[in-house]
Amino acid sequence: MTLTEGTAQALDPPYLAPDYRSTVLRAPKRPLLPWPATVPDAAFPLLGDGRLGPLDDDLTKQHDGEPLGERITVNGRVLDADGRPVRRQLVEIWQANAAGRYAHPVDQHPAPLDPNFTGAGRCLTDDDGHYRFVTVKPGAYPWGNHPNAWRPAHIHFSLFGTLLSQRLITQMYFPGDPLFPFDPIMQAVRDPDARQRMVASFELDLTEPEWALGYRFDIVLNGQRATPFES
Amino acid sequence: MSTATPSQTVGPFFSFGLVNANLVVAPGDTAPVRLEGCVLDGAGAGVPDAVVEVLTPAGFGRCLTEADGSYRFVVSKPSPLRHADGTFEAPHLDMSVFARGLLQRVATRVYFPGDDSNAADPVLTSIAAEEVRATLVAQPTDGGLRFDVHLQGPQETAFFAL
Repeated sequence: MTLTEGTAQALDPPYLAPDYRSTVLRAPKRPLLPWPATVPDAAFPLLGDGRLGPLDDDLTKQHDGEPLGERITVNGRVLDADGRPVRRQLVEIWQANAAGRYAHPVDQHPAPLDPNFTGAGRCLTDDDGHYRFVTVKPGAYPWGNHPNAWRPAHIHFSLFGTLLSQRLITQMYFPGDPLFPFDPIMQAVRDPDARQRMVASFELDLTEPEWALGYRFDIVLNGQRATPFES
Repeated sequence: MSTATPSQTVGPFFSFGLVNANLVVAPGDTAPVRLEGCVLDGAGAGVPDAVVEVLTPAGFGRCLTEADGSYRFVVSKPSPLRHADGTFEAPHLDMSVFARGLLQRVATRVYFPGDDSNAADPVLTSIAAEEVRATLVAQPTDGGLRFDVHLQGPQETAFFAL
């Protein structure tokens, strides 16, 4: 049971992906150092205490009025590499509004801010690893990486497991987005199956009549030292 | 075959979504340590859109970098970590850095300068090159510690495959 080419680690994007220009001065140039086999993974604490407010999982109810846009729910499970649920752990999300504008002072995209939408959410997984958010579908937006560069619509996700190695920040994309082939951030994940695991699925069963479209996005945390895989 | 969800960059626009937690102090610790530093790119410029996270036995901490790339925590110095087989790890913090332009985090460790147990620590001693090993040891400052994270360049910090 050793770490070899083609394993989970290789499915993550490389540090240097020149088509994504910001990697050029920020990607480490030395290969990552191997972790000493005798040193255990550090346990990660549960992060619920004091970090959650009552409306944190409903991004459409954090202001006086309802935000504009297509109301959606995002539902899924957080699992470890062996398929076991990550229980009672923090999930954080943040996103642009329906017009593709972030509530962030540096975002200069000339699309409107929505006074009824901040775009930040938090919740805890339940005992089966389930989480659920109510929000609006974010818009695509231009980002200046190259001429006519647009990010596909996405929601940023921050996940914790029970081990340091499982810490993950990723992005959830929406099915069928025509911008996928042109996005160097998504395409930095070279393996098409791995890329597909960042795309939510639309599910009619999760869609609530007369109210909101339902998407499913399950997340599997790596934690390779806790769960070595076969070569 | 892994089914893991791949990593993606934290992007530049996270500050309204990720909350700072700069205090990582153990109950009863009357002499916590100020730990500060900068995240620097390959041109030596501060990275203003990075997230620095630390994990210690006292808990989890997070600091979003300022416009100059700086971060700061107040932390407890942990005890050596003793394992059942008699080995131990020198006092340290686990540190992860996320940023625009980092498609996955970088993971490193922060050790305390002048601690005798550093010489036998299994992570430090796994690094053959002295100058690389030295990047993991914080520098003493007036009343605290400094630990700069060099993402690239001649002083590039030692990062690990976790």
